[in-house]
Amino acid sequence: MSLISIKNLWKEYGENIVLEKLNLEIQEGEFCTLVGPSGCGKSTFLKMILGQETPTRGTFLFEGKPFPQEPSVERGIVFQRYSVFSHLNVLENVMLGIELEKSKFLGKLFGAARKEAQKTAMEMLEAVGLASSAYKYPTELSGGMQQRLSIAQSLVKKPKVLLLDEPFGALDPGISADMHTLILDLWKKNNLTVIMVTHDLHEGFYLGTRLLVFDKVRHDPQAPDRYGAKITYDIPVGDNRKSVYKEIDKSIKREENDNEA
Amino acid sequence: MKKLMNLRPSRGTAIFLGLLPFLLIVILYVFASDARLAENPNDKLLPSMHSFVEAIDRMAFTESKRSGENLFVQDTVSSLQRLGLGVFISATLALLMGIPLGLIPYVRSGLSPFVAAFSMVPPMAILPILFIVFGMGEMAKVALIVIGVTPLMVRDLQQRVSEIPAEQLIKAQTLGGSTWTIVVRVILPQMLPRLFDAVRLTLGTAWIFLISAEAIAATEGLGYRIFLVRRYLSMDVILPYVAWITFLAFLFDYLLKKFTYKMFPWYTAGKENK
Ligand SMILES: Nc1ncnc2c1ncn2[C@@H]1O[C@H](COP(=O)(O)OP(=O)(O)OP(=O)(O)O)[C@@H](O)[C@H]1O
Ligand SMILES: [Mg+2]
Repeated sequence: MSLISIKNLWKEYGENIVLEKLNLEIQEGEFCTLVGPSGCGKSTFLKMILGQETPTRGTFLFEGKPFPQEPSVERGIVFQRYSVFSHLNVLENVMLGIELEKSKFLGKLFGAARKEAQKTAMEMLEAVGLASSAYKYPTELSGGMQQRLSIAQSLVKKPKVLLLDEPFGALDPGISADMHTLILDLWKKNNLTVIMVTHDLHEGFYLGTRLLVFDKVRHDPQAPDRYGAKITYDIPVGDNRKSVYKEIDKSIKREENDNEA
Repeated sequence: MKKLMNLRPSRGTAIFLGLLPFLLIVILYVFASDARLAENPNDKLLPSMHSFVEAIDRMAFTESKRSGENLFVQDTVSSLQRLGLGVFISATLALLMGIPLGLIPYVRSGLSPFVAAFSMVPPMAILPILFIVFGMGEMAKVALIVIGVTPLMVRDLQQRVSEIPAEQLIKAQTLGGSTWTIVVRVILPQMLPRLFDAVRLTLGTAWIFLISAEAIAATEGLGYRIFLVRRYLSMDVILPYVAWITFLAFLFDYLLKKFTYKMFPWYTAGKENK
């Protein structure tokens, strides 16, 4: 059984058709990257998996059952920004996931349980390379460190699928290369299922196991909202052919130029 | 020579410049007062420094002949009790209402129009009602402060809650938070320093209501005293009282600021260093 199973899925905002007739199966353990022109509905797609948005029509199953319609622990998320808690230090940020689960009333652990949570959180911080900053507040961290923290926060919950929405989009190229190594490493070690949206085709093309390209196939210049995006490419990463890369690159860029015009 | 906008005073100069306007006012006052008193020694409008000292000594350092109590201390204590109680109740109500209003759509739909309408009621207009309901005692004065200040704080806090990035609230849910635990662990701790900010901002308004209520019905209090001695044109008492009230207002603002910085280092870390 697929982890995520999507059949004939539509998403509309009023008149605006964002996604149309999407069909997709995602298996456990896959690392899918998602690229496409700006505004084609990548974040919207991720939000539906997360439970923040609901599809307009179609079958949308998670482990064979309808998706929970609000965010829950099965699905972890790392946004581009703002997903760490500024009032907690790094260690407390990671502990929060454990505390919220174990303490249903106060959301806070004490004594031995707290020690235990600290230990687990510290191990996670070591895995993402933040152990030396455990007692800093997020405002004292660089952008890349904040994203590492956000990943650690999610991973401590062992989510069935980890969603990332342009997690490295705001980082310097050098830093984002480090982050690629980190996320691949974590994915392998923890048997994660990952879905990552990115603006950077190069990132999508070489990271992970499967590349999905969202794009509008039909286009009505008079009514740009008439048609939604579909999946135009669904290719396993590994047969990194230059020609395919160029083809996709061209199709995405064309769309973006159209949008600007 | 640098442009004027780029010139910065040294620390000593800055302190001197800061004190200068105060000094000028005092000097100006002394001259004006001398001039008037030279013309008419019984003039009451601008008393001399000497009469201030006498008045302060009479009010603050000797016991009243009639009641045997120190009027100044008594006035200060009663006023601060009313102010403190009023602001404390308002801040508590603001937390209890502002957080649900900002976070829970059902509460917002149900209560937002009411809070908006209620905050439009001019508190001074319902002061008579408060006196009728609560009598002339302490309750009415505290209630006026609460009614005047709470709507401001509630709306401020509601605004702050709705400014929390949606990403954080979603993240907290993926970490296993329920509505309640998210309030306790994410919203409330982030709102506390903002509540202190709101208190600082509304403290001036609270003073207005306090003094108004005391002016109308009280038997002691800073506002009561000022309005009482007005009958005898006792500028020598009024002006020191005004200066004292101003100083207290300044002191509370300063202490609240320092307290917030100390208690919530993460809150101020993001802001510029002051
Ligand atoms: N809450 C909403 N209400 C109405 N329309 C929306 C809403 N959210 C998104 N849209 C519309 O859906 C379309 C897709 O938006 P989405 O954010 O998913 O794009 P995206 O592919 O993530 O773009 P980007 O690469 O710029 O992040 C856009 O046309 C946007 O205007
Ligand atoms: Mg997006």
